Amino acid sequence: MNDEVSEATGETRDCSQTLRELDVFLDGELSDDQQSAIRHHLDGCMDCLGAFDFHAELKSVVAAKCQSDDMPPDLLAKIELCFGTDFDGDGLIG
Amino acid sequence: MADQATFAAEAMQYAPQLYSGALRMTRNRSDAEDLVQETYLKGYRSYHSFTEGTNLRAWLFRIMTNTFINSYRAKQRRPDETELGDFEDLYLYKNLGSLQNASVSRSAEESLMELLPDDEVKQALEDLPDNFRLPVILADVEGFSYKEIAEMLDIPIGTVMSRLHRGRKAMQKALHEFALARGLLAAEESG
Repeated sequence: MNDEVSEATGETRDCSQTLRELDVFLDGELSDDQQSAIRHHLDGCMDCLGAFDFHAELKSVVAAKCQSDDMPPDLLAKIELCFGTDFDGDGLIG
Repeated sequence: MADQATFAAEAMQYAPQLYSGALRMTRNRSDAEDLVQETYLKGYRSYHSFTEGTNLRAWLFRIMTNTFINSYRAKQRRPDETELGDFEDLYLYKNLGSLQNASVSRSAEESLMELLPDDEVKQALEDLPDNFRLPVILADVEGFSYKEIAEMLDIPIGTVMSRLHRGRKAMQKALHEFALARGLLAAEESG
């Protein structure tokens, strides 16, 4: 809030501070107070909001595209076979 | 105490996620398959030490991450710690502006989901050195918390954060370069 009082220096510092916390904000790792301070800044700052939206979208695209692999069809069966097999004969599974 | 007999019933549902994670870690299908199998075998054997009611998926990923670090990474003969170039913050966001000048341009409505092909996103992630790739996989693909990742990788939370930050920037640089190579972006205009 104080930052908005001094337009000359405060605004800039508030933006760079906000952007520095972008990762941690999007990872959901900030305290409630810090989260709401950032939300408050984003409400009034289209520049930062654009950057935050972009990175939120990018994060979800990376998640979606990097976990869509087809498992080899026989992998589950191979794993289940392991559970019942004493491979080295020591009386223990595996 | 967790009962070994229930392990299959509880744990098999995570196999697709573990397999994708293993593929991003090992970067090849045969090692990924072995890594997942080994993870389940180790999980089965040590299931008695799993505390029921805690996060089984995180427990399995922890086993898999440790197994990868201890055996597969050694096998791939990659250096333990690799440095990354330092790129500007918000790299892709700032440089995607050049799309507006491209012949094939990004319309305002076109989402990153359409703009970035699956194989380029996977490649950009897999090209990261291990010490950056693992935190990014665990955070951005698997959604684990900093604390969980710090425990899995046995590094301080501050290190998790800085590796995530730098790994993500390097990924963004790679995504930008892939797009340039595809001719999707106008080369950084000569002025």
